[in-house]
Amino acid sequence: MTERVGFFTDTSVCIGCKACEVACKEWNNVPEDGLNFTGESYDNTSALGADTWRHVAFIEQQHDGTPRWLMSSDVCKHCTSAACLEVCPTGALFRTEFGTVVVQQDVCNGCGYCVPACPYGVIEKREEDGRAFKCTLCYDRLKDDMTPACAQACPTESIQFGPLEELRARAFERLEVLHVAGEAGARLYGEDPDDGVGGAGSIFLLLDEPEVYGLPPDPVSTTRDLGSMWRAAAGAGAALLAGVAVAAFGGRR
Amino acid sequence: MAENHPVGVQWVVEAQRRGAKVIHVDPRFTRTSALADLFVPLRAGSDIAFLGGVVRHILEEDRAFREYVVRYTNAATIVSEDFRDTEDLDGFFSGWDPDSRTYDPDSWQYEEMQVAAASGQRELGAAVGQAAHGAHGGALEHGEPPHRDDSLEHPRCVYQLLRRHFARYTPELVERVCGVPRDAFLEVCEALCENSGRERTSAICYAVGWTQHTVGVQYIRTASIIQLLLGNVGRPGGGILALRGHASIQGSTDIPTLYDILPGYLPMPSAHAHDALEDYVEQNSPHTGYWANMGAYTVSLLKAWWGDAATAANDYCFGRLPRLTGDHSYYSSLAGMVDGTVKGMFVMGENPTVGAANGGYNRAALRNLDWLVVRDLVEIETASFWYDAPEIETGEVKPQDIATEVFFLPGATHVEKKGSFTNTQRLLQWREQAVEPQGDCRSELWFMYHLGRRVREKLAGSMRERDKTVLWLTWDYSTHGEHEEPDADEVLREIGGVDLTTGECLPDYLPLKDDGSTACGCWIYAGCYADGVNQVARRKPGAQQSWVAPEWGWAWPMNRRIIYNRASADPEGRPWSERKRYVWWDAEEGKWTGEDVPDFMPDKAPDYVPPDDAEGPMALRGDEPFTMQSDGKAWLYAPAGLVDGPMPTHYEPHESPFDNALYAQRSNPARQQIERPENPYQCGADVFPYVATTYRLTEHHTAGGMSRWLPYLAELQPEMFCEVSPALARERGLEHGGWMTIVTLRAAIEARVMVTERMKPLTVDGRQIHQVGLPYHWGSRGYAKGDSANDLLSLALDPNVHIGEYKAQTCDVRPGRRPRGAALVALVEDYRRRAAT
Repeated sequence: MTERVGFFTDTSVCIGCKACEVACKEWNNVPEDGLNFTGESYDNTSALGADTWRHVAFIEQQHDGTPRWLMSSDVCKHCTSAACLEVCPTGALFRTEFGTVVVQQDVCNGCGYCVPACPYGVIEKREEDGRAFKCTLCYDRLKDDMTPACAQACPTESIQFGPLEELRARAFERLEVLHVAGEAGARLYGEDPDDGVGGAGSIFLLLDEPEVYGLPPDPVSTTRDLGSMWRAAAGAGAALLAGVAVAAFGGRR
Repeated sequence: MAENHPVGVQWVVEAQRRGAKVIHVDPRFTRTSALADLFVPLRAGSDIAFLGGVVRHILEEDRAFREYVVRYTNAATIVSEDFRDTEDLDGFFSGWDPDSRTYDPDSWQYEEMQVAAASGQRELGAAVGQAAHGAHGGALEHGEPPHRDDSLEHPRCVYQLLRRHFARYTPELVERVCGVPRDAFLEVCEALCENSGRERTSAICYAVGWTQHTVGVQYIRTASIIQLLLGNVGRPGGGILALRGHASIQGSTDIPTLYDILPGYLPMPSAHAHDALEDYVEQNSPHTGYWANMGAYTVSLLKAWWGDAATAANDYCFGRLPRLTGDHSYYSSLAGMVDGTVKGMFVMGENPTVGAANGGYNRAALRNLDWLVVRDLVEIETASFWYDAPEIETGEVKPQDIATEVFFLPGATHVEKKGSFTNTQRLLQWREQAVEPQGDCRSELWFMYHLGRRVREKLAGSMRERDKTVLWLTWDYSTHGEHEEPDADEVLREIGGVDLTTGECLPDYLPLKDDGSTACGCWIYAGCYADGVNQVARRKPGAQQSWVAPEWGWAWPMNRRIIYNRASADPEGRPWSERKRYVWWDAEEGKWTGEDVPDFMPDKAPDYVPPDDAEGPMALRGDEPFTMQSDGKAWLYAPAGLVDGPMPTHYEPHESPFDNALYAQRSNPARQQIERPENPYQCGADVFPYVATTYRLTEHHTAGGMSRWLPYLAELQPEMFCEVSPALARERGLEHGGWMTIVTLRAAIEARVMVTERMKPLTVDGRQIHQVGLPYHWGSRGYAKGDSANDLLSLALDPNVHIGEYKAQTCDVRPGRRPRGAALVALVEDYRRRAAT
């Protein structure tokens, strides 16, 4: 495996131009998904899904009577511990040599297990197609040593692509700069290898609570506790069987 | 800038990373405001009051860069005692003629001098009445300097005139007129002043939010005054950056699609004044500064166009150039169409029935044409006006009653053709063709070349004198491919200039001659093909060259990245500061040198004083950086060249709910009005109490021809919406996400309601005023459809450049969708009745 790569999305310099959304759709041939005026500020995309692999959220706030307009480009987190991949029965979802998580569309059978498994609600089935789709971190471009389309299109380097460890260091540096500048709400998201998904492959610098951007504050891989759950279930089952046995034998009294 | 120039704003973000403070002043909170360090909302149309307040602050708080101002601007120049200010005449400058509604600028001149605009304005102004492209400087007779008072104490020196003119633009007045609290205003003033001077510079960026007013040119003039007083012109990090409305808008004035100038800002000759080349040059060029060589620029242009047929004996075919007989700007031509004097029109890469003010008037004009050619990527609303338009929907007009013959010709996109873009900063950049255009789609170059070729074939052999004009043209570009596409490189080479005696490409404009030995399609572009190399196509990465990056593209003139950069050095030729060093005088070598191409005669020493008989650039001193001006000075006060005054003055927009806080005269008296029944307007707040301002969104492109048809862009902003404050929503019962109707005297349109705290009511003149935000991208066709905001607008123009006032008008708003059919007509009629009473 080559070095693990990922995204660092610095929302403090996002200008909400949505070039990432368009570049992603253009490169990956993701279909347009409807003319819906949502009224959610300038966000008419609403959420990540089968036909939206980059989504720019617009959050309007008031701070001491002055408007603040947060913009943030969301994307698949390419988790270290990726539940979607772990529940996939066909092996369609796999971890690439770049450490990213990708659906092989020719293998996916559309069972949909991955959809509820994702703690972020990223992966989704395309209704008219039946298969599951999400960001590939431009696997085809990576193979040709190219930058993913969204990062390439981003004019302000809000979306940065590179080796994950390098990005993590850059994220901490940028956080420090913002803290010194008095941006007290600035925080990183997905940078902690000890978090519920074992650290994300897409790190974010946010200016407010994750919930404000529609991100889960404490995401946990839905398969993380499967082992202990099974152990607990096995124990409970054994106890139950013992009880049944006792009952049965007892019944013979 | 983030909203409409997301690619360019990356450099603003980069500057911010290095500690720059970004201030955004705008009627609404945009994506630019979101990244700015300070956002200041103001009432649309009140910018001269705001900027004039900054000018006053600089003057009264003594924050000007004194040495720069005294030596490099006309601050010390004494103005004629005949001049009267708006402060003397209640909103008028001297020279006003109420009958013609124009100024005679004679009294604005320097004392004891016959100063007129050097190039483009002098005769044109007299013949046409209204036009100002190509006004470049006062004509000084043989470099004789104007009267000066370097102490700046003389009551009639420009500095004192400015002080008097702007004396009433106090923070209190700014608050009253603009709705900007005085502490916010003073914060902006101080931020600008603190970040200007020897060690630091500030830049001002603007776009059509400034130009689309009946005083648009004067907005920019006020910004120029600020930048000159603070010493921010000709220096790195300074200047005024004109952000263009779309690709190559700068290029389309340099090599113009405008009626009143020729390439390189040479004035279009007038039918009444210029029969001979000599008269034209004599009447339009000063004796001093670089415009003194206008004859060489003109003859070289004529040689590029008519080649061997242009000879000294036939005045280089000067007589074959078109002549101006009046105002032939777009809006005047519309009137001609309505009146039946203009019979046909080509519309190329533009969608005026959506993009131009008063769409209904535009469509009325198209309905009266004999023929219309529309070239665009798709069948836009301008091509479909005869069967798909608001008037057709209401039943006012029937397709069978429209006789206009419409030709729609599909165009190639920017990736399907090669050529150059000239954008902000006068930078030419080359694009290669990526793919062949599909089907019948063709490039503009293909269309114009083959149209000309076919016309010439039809005229071949004609003995008529007038046909020689076309037949003698050099029309010899080589073509290639199955569609016979002309070679864009050859066109650029012709523009860049050739020495006809050697056949070599010109290095720059200095060798241009008026004897027919050079040919150059646009003198300011001379050298863009130097050494026979397409300089425009250079793409050396920034990291591999100096920070000025001279090998990325090519900037006119002479690949100079900052013009007037002599001003980056002090009068003695030393950088004002090490931190801001840019070009300087190298005494040992006896020449100017530095980071950029010096904008000065290379060996003219800082202490050079011209002899009495000097002409051209040699008539300017060694410490006069503004070499295109005939007095070598930057103009705080414009003694000529503008048709609406030598200094900017606050006037209310053509349509405003307010009176002018300064004068009885409400609006710019010299504004170009189009008084026709199709174009009514209304002042006062009774019927139309709200200020409407139009704008663009990142997701769409101008009138939508390049975006509304594309699903990936259409889905990002699928519907026309209108931005209103929560307070206005309450006042008018508008429901977020629902529908609303916006009404003016011209039209009523519907939009989805976007209630947002980003729209703030302002307190202006003691009362609360609501502003209504209208993106203008939509029309009845395409994938994402909607009503057109520009249908609402009245046409009133800046008199200098004929740009319409799109950014500040008045309207009413109502909840719910607009009526359909005859009921819509009745609704607008009802408003007209109410407004008339």
